[in-house]
Amino acid sequence: MATESTPQGSGQRTRARADVLTGEFQPREAQRQRRRQRQPELWPFEPWLEREQAQRLAVGLGWFSIGLGAAQLLAPRAVCRVVGTRRDHSGLMRLIGLREIAAGIGLLSRRRQGAWLQARVAGDLMDLALLGATLIASPHKARALLPAAAVAGATVMDVYGARTLGPEDGVRIPPGLLRISSSEGLPVLKSTIINRTPEECYRFWHDFSNLPRFMAHVESVQVIDERRSHWVARGPAGTRVEWDSEITEDVPNEYIAWRSLPGSGVDHAGWVRFEPAPGGRGTIVRVQMIYRPLAGRAGALLVKLLGDDPGRAVQEDLRRFKSVLETGEIPTTRGQPAGTRSLIGKAVRLGERHAR
Amino acid sequence: MRANCWHGKHELRVEDVPDPHVINPRDAVIRITSSAICGSDLHLYNGFVPSMMRGDILGHEFMGEVVEVGSGVKNLKVGDRVVNPFPISCGNCFFCQQQQFSLCENSNPNAWMAERMWGHSIAGIYGYSHLLGGYAGGQAEYARIPFADIGPIKVPEGMPDEKVLFLSDVFPTGYMAAENCDIERGDTVAVFGCGPVGQHAMTSARLLGAERIIAIDRFPERLRMAERYNQAIALNYEEVPVLEALKELTGGRGPDACIDAVGMEGHAPGFHGAYDKAKQSLRLETDRPAALRMAILAVRNGGNLSVPGAYGGFIDKVPFGSLMQRAITVKTGQTHVQRYLRPLLDLIERGEVDPSYIITHIMALDAAPEGYRIFCDKEDECVKIVLKPGERGTREKTQTLH
Repeated sequence: MATESTPQGSGQRTRARADVLTGEFQPREAQRQRRRQRQPELWPFEPWLEREQAQRLAVGLGWFSIGLGAAQLLAPRAVCRVVGTRRDHSGLMRLIGLREIAAGIGLLSRRRQGAWLQARVAGDLMDLALLGATLIASPHKARALLPAAAVAGATVMDVYGARTLGPEDGVRIPPGLLRISSSEGLPVLKSTIINRTPEECYRFWHDFSNLPRFMAHVESVQVIDERRSHWVARGPAGTRVEWDSEITEDVPNEYIAWRSLPGSGVDHAGWVRFEPAPGGRGTIVRVQMIYRPLAGRAGALLVKLLGDDPGRAVQEDLRRFKSVLETGEIPTTRGQPAGTRSLIGKAVRLGERHAR
Repeated sequence: MRANCWHGKHELRVEDVPDPHVINPRDAVIRITSSAICGSDLHLYNGFVPSMMRGDILGHEFMGEVVEVGSGVKNLKVGDRVVNPFPISCGNCFFCQQQQFSLCENSNPNAWMAERMWGHSIAGIYGYSHLLGGYAGGQAEYARIPFADIGPIKVPEGMPDEKVLFLSDVFPTGYMAAENCDIERGDTVAVFGCGPVGQHAMTSARLLGAERIIAIDRFPERLRMAERYNQAIALNYEEVPVLEALKELTGGRGPDACIDAVGMEGHAPGFHGAYDKAKQSLRLETDRPAALRMAILAVRNGGNLSVPGAYGGFIDKVPFGSLMQRAITVKTGQTHVQRYLRPLLDLIERGEVDPSYIITHIMALDAAPEGYRIFCDKEDECVKIVLKPGERGTREKTQTLH
């Protein structure tokens, strides 16, 4: 992946950071050039999406590693039987299990997943060598073929993931934002299409006091002056967080970028872009946001376990933004009557009330 | 108020629930005077639609009198008598502006669920699972109408409910099904399924110029209804080999258009039907496309296939090769009801169509669970049930079909 292989030496970092958003997704100079040439930008996000996909794959492989490792650690003899070793190699099997679990934890930590995948590739090669030896020595040759095929399959995924992610994390960071590694906050990129002009979309978004109308987690935004605003948001478990934010870039009717001010306790940044859709069919709105989860790493883990998906949250925010602009209201069923709900149904409603 | 609530497969209860009120500015609330049970409600009743929750109020074919309007509704006032379309549509989005109201991008608050299942979401629909918005339905004494400035149509004084009620769904659905056949004068149209939508598809096909209509079903009373009101040639697929009969009736060419007005719970005699039942019960396919398969094989080369029948998920063994090789056009979709309200109401007012001919039973709302049962089991020659909220103890059979 070209985007990820750029070395981030200390000398280059400052420069790389200075035009990050722009640097990664929409080089400002190139953008201006395009505007001059009137060439539509088609799909600038592919590399980023592929990376996101690979991250998801890495998490899947992490769980797979832990499952396999646990089996090897707890039932080494059974695993030996499955792969068809001639003698009992429980000790070696347990060691391999430990290696698997270590790789799994590494991948699930969501830090340097690329490097952990490289480690898994090395492990895969070792396993393939061992299976090869078993295959030659074993009387049950057919038995060892299936595990070998499985390991080969896993190797293919590991190699793909490792190549896509690269050894460094290198999540692109908006200018001035505190450094956030991918374990602490994932950037989210979403888009929608709205049956309004870019001017109308821009105007509504630019008045930040409108944001709580469609951003579910944001309770209020007080506009302090032209650039600065004060945000209040709901955190997990009924907590409340506040921070000051400032607009870092503002191209009328096209682009707004903002970030939380250093020292305000929360790291949050985002940008939104409004492009006229082809054929005069409204506006394509693209949003990227990064939140550092509120209670640090433990909080991030908790949020993940509870299944709070930042990608979906932003997508739903955008959907509400579209509804407000197009229809003037946000469709809802909250407050409508229903018959007797089951216990699960009651719990779902309670959760909804809490979330909103 | 009283409302007919879903509590699981084959389990409905008419319960006391809170009255609905205006939530958004463009809402209205109506007091329901008539509410029908739709064939597609049986898919919920039989547990084939995911994301239903206990306590969901059913019903999407209803009409009544406006009792409350939000600040954003300027075209309705308290006391107006209206029929309400089953899809909820905002009127502002790309699709609504192209008159494709059932594809509204704004009215489904649970669009993400539908996106997971179908790739993209469609409009919200009253009382039709949380996948389609989780809106409370109209088999109740009152209902909240979102985007009330776009959906409901006022009906003339003195016009009985029964004549206009089916503007909410089955008449426009049958009409759109016929329109999707691109009928030319003299066409032969075969309609699979002679329930309320099938009947109205036949009526509409006739209006649009079809010369010969062939009705396919297995219930004699429904076939008789098609003969009596739509002058159709009736084929009972349990008695006649349908594909051969259709060829024979068209000199071997096949009908110019076929309409699948059956949907996901199709039946077929013999092995073919047993195969689908087994696969569906093992969750290897979600829908039983018996009628769809037959409609594809039956239609003439280059003909039109229109699918108003509701499908939800995945189907198996569809003769797609036949579709491609023989250049068949398929058109389908939930009905863009709002588009048809005015022209179809005009037809009714001029006396050209009286959609009430499909009604076989009128019942009190409290009898809804019993109504679903006889409708599902096709007991008592049941074709269409109209529920009357606010009336107690009513059960009336309005016509006999033998």
